[in-house]
Amino acid sequence: MVDTLRKRSVAYLLLLPGAFWLIVFFVIPLYFMAKLSLDVEIPGTLHYHFTWHWDNYKEALELYKTQFFRSFIYAAIATLLCLVIAYPLAYVIAFKAGRWQNLMLFAVVAPFFTTYLVRTLAWKTILADESPVTEVAHSIGLAPSGHILYTSFAVIAGITYNFLPFMVLPLYASLERIDVRVLEASKDLYASAGSTFWKVTFPLSLPGVVAGTLLTFIPAVGDYVNAEFLGGANNRMIGNVIQSLYLSQSNYSAAAALSFVLMAVIMVVVFIYLRFAGSEALMGQEAV
Amino acid sequence: MSATTDTPMVPNTPTPGRGSLSAETSAARAWRWLREHAVNIVAILVVIYLLIPIALIFVFSFNNPAGRYNFTWVGFTLKHWGHPFSDTELTKALLESIKLALLATLISTIIGTMMAIALVRHSFFGRRLANFLIVVPMATPEVVMGASLLSFFLILGTPSLGFETLLIAHVMFCISFVVVVVRSRLIGFDRSLEEAARDLGAGPFTTFRLVTFPLILPGIFGGAMLAFALSIDDFVISNFNAGSTVTFPLYIFGAAQRGIPVEVYVVAMILFFATVLAMGFATWQQRRAEKMTAIRPEQEESDIALPGIA
Repeated sequence: MVDTLRKRSVAYLLLLPGAFWLIVFFVIPLYFMAKLSLDVEIPGTLHYHFTWHWDNYKEALELYKTQFFRSFIYAAIATLLCLVIAYPLAYVIAFKAGRWQNLMLFAVVAPFFTTYLVRTLAWKTILADESPVTEVAHSIGLAPSGHILYTSFAVIAGITYNFLPFMVLPLYASLERIDVRVLEASKDLYASAGSTFWKVTFPLSLPGVVAGTLLTFIPAVGDYVNAEFLGGANNRMIGNVIQSLYLSQSNYSAAAALSFVLMAVIMVVVFIYLRFAGSEALMGQEAV
Repeated sequence: MSATTDTPMVPNTPTPGRGSLSAETSAARAWRWLREHAVNIVAILVVIYLLIPIALIFVFSFNNPAGRYNFTWVGFTLKHWGHPFSDTELTKALLESIKLALLATLISTIIGTMMAIALVRHSFFGRRLANFLIVVPMATPEVVMGASLLSFFLILGTPSLGFETLLIAHVMFCISFVVVVVRSRLIGFDRSLEEAARDLGAGPFTTFRLVTFPLILPGIFGGAMLAFALSIDDFVISNFNAGSTVTFPLYIFGAAQRGIPVEVYVVAMILFFATVLAMGFATWQQRRAEKMTAIRPEQEESDIALPGIA
């Protein structure tokens, strides 16, 4: 009895600093932001007072609904592109790479080792007018205007590139876990390569698909670096709006309202996803 | 194989048909080869796609642009690699980033490792809640975390935003990742090793110091590396909470509007190579730890074998 009590207090002691840090600097700030989103600025001052001012939400959403929907559409397209691009790579790394496996995994994480902003700037060069990529795209009719930079295409391309590793790694992890004997059994039972893939491999890799899409989609929705560097005035995302409302326009209530809606919508999406897939999909087996 | 089965057929086949037949089979063979290797080819293309921007950054670190924008190729020069730290503003920002990342890594690794041990080794009231507290920050967009922390500092009326607020923010978003990495190491941990130490008379602290800690060290090291990488590369959250402090990513963002010195590309490549070296070191450490645990299975076998002999 005394022993379990002591053990338990050890657990709380170990947990305390981290829990303190996350509660004070993550949970409480969210609460403060929620409060700020319902505040009204006292005219002429930079002070706010709390009034349950739900109109902040209505006004902010009305004003910025285009950027809001655009963020979700860009993120959804980029996530889908990531899935399509990442799957063959993850599949090859898991089943076919042999001694090249570590080198290919290195290639997947290598972009992380260069600074995010510099990577995005590199795409500015790749997608610039008169660059080979733009010229090829133009000649095959993909970029009729001859420009890629400062279009939605560039922003989506940037997001896709920047978050691709987040898709490859969980896909690889779940494909790697598949027992190869299951695939052999399918072959022994005269399943074609195609039906083995669609009926055995792909369903077994679903946890990876779910984790990968979440890990790509969540940061992609809130991203504003790609829109800032690669997009034009018509490609601004909700992240750009929140950032500029906070940092240059000092319209804290509207920015807080937008952040909160963004977070709420993402939470709902994540919740539905986890209901559908089980929490171990995101955290690996250990989270159960 | 197919060549030998084809040859006996040749005399029987009329000459006119022969050419078209072999042409067909070689086309079919090429097609089959392509189909069998299609997924490999796609994977290689994706690898190339992943590496192109890195190659471009490397190439453009040797560029000699006339103006302040390093976006189009002008000519080759080594001068920026000769003096990568000549831009004092850039160097200051880089040092600030390194200092911040080291401190944030140190704090978040200690705190995160403690949390991971508590979560894996102890069952207690509120465990699910603690798990939830760790997952949610990872599922929150950075812009929301940055904005909410700024709201917090503004409402509290913190005297000034700067290095301290940056440190608070960086530790906050690093903790969860450290917990996840260290926890996965702890879960794959053979607990009978600790029991053995205990049986041999080691107290809980000695057991931890001599058995548990060395075995989870690669996990801790991996978590620390991830924390360092996240911290040194963070732009979004820092942008909200930096005040007048300038980190490396913040410097790049500011410079992007006025023109980017080539030194930025040089420093990015130096960071790249440094990380590659650190990764190599981590892998080597991991292998060593695996060797350490690999001693066990043999002993287990002999344990099983003994009763059979007796």
